[in-house]
Amino acid sequence: MSFLDLKNVTKIYPNGTKAVHETSLSVDEGEFMVFVGPSGCGKSTLLRMVAGLEDITEGDINLDGKLINEVDPSERDVAMVFQNYALYPHMNVYNNLAYGLKNRGIDKETIEQKVNDAAKLLQISDYLQRKPSMLSGGQRQRVAMGRAIVRNPKIFLFDEPLSNLDAKLRIQMRLEIKKLQQKVGVTSIFVTHDQVEAMTLADRLAVINNGIIEQLGTPIEIYDNPKSLFVAGFIGSPQMNFLDGNIKNKTLSAEGFEIKDIDSDFEGEVKLGIRPEHLSQRENSLINLKVDLVEQLGSDNLVYGQLKDKKDFCYRCPGNLTIEKGADLSLNIENNKYYIFDKSTGKRVN
Amino acid sequence: MKIKPLQIIAHIILILGVLLMVVPIWISFASSSHDSVTILTEGMKFHIGDQLARNYNEVLNEKGGWSEEVTAAKMFINSFIMALGIATLKVVISAMSAYALVYYRFKLAVPIFWLIFITLLVPLEVRIFPSYKIVSDLGLTNSYTGLILPLVASATATFFFRQFYKTIPDELLESAKLDGANAWSFFIDFLVPLSKTMIAAMFIFMFVYGYSQYLWPLIMTTAEEYWTVVMGMKIIYTESYEGVALPRTAERFAYIILSMIPPVLVVVFLQKWFIKGLIQTEK
Repeated sequence: MSFLDLKNVTKIYPNGTKAVHETSLSVDEGEFMVFVGPSGCGKSTLLRMVAGLEDITEGDINLDGKLINEVDPSERDVAMVFQNYALYPHMNVYNNLAYGLKNRGIDKETIEQKVNDAAKLLQISDYLQRKPSMLSGGQRQRVAMGRAIVRNPKIFLFDEPLSNLDAKLRIQMRLEIKKLQQKVGVTSIFVTHDQVEAMTLADRLAVINNGIIEQLGTPIEIYDNPKSLFVAGFIGSPQMNFLDGNIKNKTLSAEGFEIKDIDSDFEGEVKLGIRPEHLSQRENSLINLKVDLVEQLGSDNLVYGQLKDKKDFCYRCPGNLTIEKGADLSLNIENNKYYIFDKSTGKRVN
Repeated sequence: MKIKPLQIIAHIILILGVLLMVVPIWISFASSSHDSVTILTEGMKFHIGDQLARNYNEVLNEKGGWSEEVTAAKMFINSFIMALGIATLKVVISAMSAYALVYYRFKLAVPIFWLIFITLLVPLEVRIFPSYKIVSDLGLTNSYTGLILPLVASATATFFFRQFYKTIPDELLESAKLDGANAWSFFIDFLVPLSKTMIAAMFIFMFVYGYSQYLWPLIMTTAEEYWTVVMGMKIIYTESYEGVALPRTAERFAYIILSMIPPVLVVVFLQKWFIKGLIQTEK
C-alpha cells in the first residue's frame, strides 16, 4: 500500500450534486502530486476530503497505513495552504506559526526552535513580530507555508495557493515551492487550474474533469500522450487545434486534406488534434493556413489564422521567422505527431 | 492650508452640537457647587461656587431612606455591580449563543435565531410581572442575582455577534481545525480576539443599559441596601421635599453629576479599543 491511498472515493453534496465520482488514486511517500482541472471539476473537493474538511460519501482514504475516513482533521496530521492563505489576522507571524504546535502541547523552547528554523528556511525571520496585515502578498504566502512546514506533517495540501499573486511573483513562488518540497521531502498534493503550474510542479499529474480523473501520469507522459479529448485540450499552451474528420479504411479525411495509413482500426467520426508546436512550414504540405494575426512573444511567434473551411487554427513558430498578416502558409505535421479522438466518447483511438 | 467655507459651516455645526451636550452638564456641575438657597433664589449658575466640597461630601456620606442607613455611595456601588454584571453576562452569553448559531449547523438554528430575535419585541417592562413571579419564586428578590439575571439575555447583542461571525471567512475555521483547534479553543483563540472591538462596543451599550435600569430594581428591591442610583434620584427628591422645607437643589445636582461618572469611566476606558478597531481593520 502506498502512502496515501484513495479507494473509490465519492462525494455527493446534500443537494444531490455529485462532485467526485468513485476516484481511486495512490500517492507515494515524498511525491509531489498535482490535481489540475477547470474550476468546478471536483479537484478542491478531493483535496478537502483528504484534509478532512469534507465528509466522504463513499469510499476509503488511507494515510500512512491508517484509515482516516472518520478521523478529525486536527488528528490527521495534515497541513494545508489555502488560496487566501487564511492567516490568523490577530496573531503576529510567530504566533501564526506556533499556534498549531501549542495545540499539540509542545513545550515552549521546542516551539521557538521549530518556528525559527521554519522562518529561516522561508526567509521570514525578520517579520516574525509583524501582523499579517502588514505583510505583502508574497510574504503572506511564505507565512502560510511556514505554518504548514513547522508542524512537520505527514502530507502538505495546497489549494490553489498561487492564484492571488501577480504573475512574476507566482513564477518565483512556484519555483520556491518546488525547491522547498524537494528539500523537506514531504508528500504533497497541489491543486491548481493553471496547467503551467501543474506541469512545472508535478512529479505526477492527475487531470480531473467532472469529478473523474481523466488521466494520471508524469507531466511529459500526459503532454505527449493524452488519452482523451479533454486532456489533450487542457494540457498545452496554446491549446491543441482540433479538426473534425472521418476515418474509413485507415484513411482520415478532414476538410481539405487526407492522412493515409493511420495507426488505428477505428472507423467513423473523429476529432483530429494537432499541437501548434508540432507544425512546420514546408511547400505543398497538408494544411493551408491564411494568417489573421501574429502574436510575437520574442522566443516564439503564435500565428493565428483560418483553414479553408474557416476553422480557427494556431501555429507556433520560432521567433526569428517573420510572418505577415494575410500570408498563406503551407504547414506540415512534424513526425506525424497528431492525435485522433473518437468524436462521440472523446477517447483516443490512435 | 486654505479653509473652505464648507469646512467652516461643518465646524460651526459640530461646535453647536458639542455646546448642546456640554452646556447642560456644565450648568449642573456649576450649580452643584452653590448653596441650595442661592439656586432657588437666583436660578441656575454658570460659575463655580464655594460649596463644592460640602455638597459632594454630604451627598456621598449622608444616610437616607426610611431606615436612615443607605448612602449614595452604597447606591453607586449597587448600580455599578448591577451594570457590570448585566454587561458582562450579556456579552458573554450573546457571544456564545451567536457562536452556537453560526458554527453549529443544527437544523433549528434559523428558527431559534428568530425566536431570540423576536424577544426584542418583548422588553422587560412588558414581561415584568411574569419575570417578577419567577425571580420571587426562586427567592432572589433583594439580591444582586435577582437584579442581574432577568436582564442578561440580549437579542440585540446576539444579533450583532451573529452578523459579525458570519463575515469571518470559513478558511479561518478550517485552518484552525487543521492546526488542532477544538470548538472551545476556536472561540477563545479566534472569535474573542477578533471581536474585541465588538465586545467593547456591546459592553458599553449594555453597561449604560444596566446602569439606567429603573423599573426592575424598583420592583425587585424592598431592602434599601440594594437600592440603585437611578432609584436614588427619586428618593433624594422625595426626601428633600418632605423632610426639609426647601428642596435641596444643589445636592441634587451634585448627585446627578456623580451618577454620571461610572458610565463615563467605562466609555473612557473602552474607547481605546473602539478607536483601535476603527483605525486598523484586522480582518
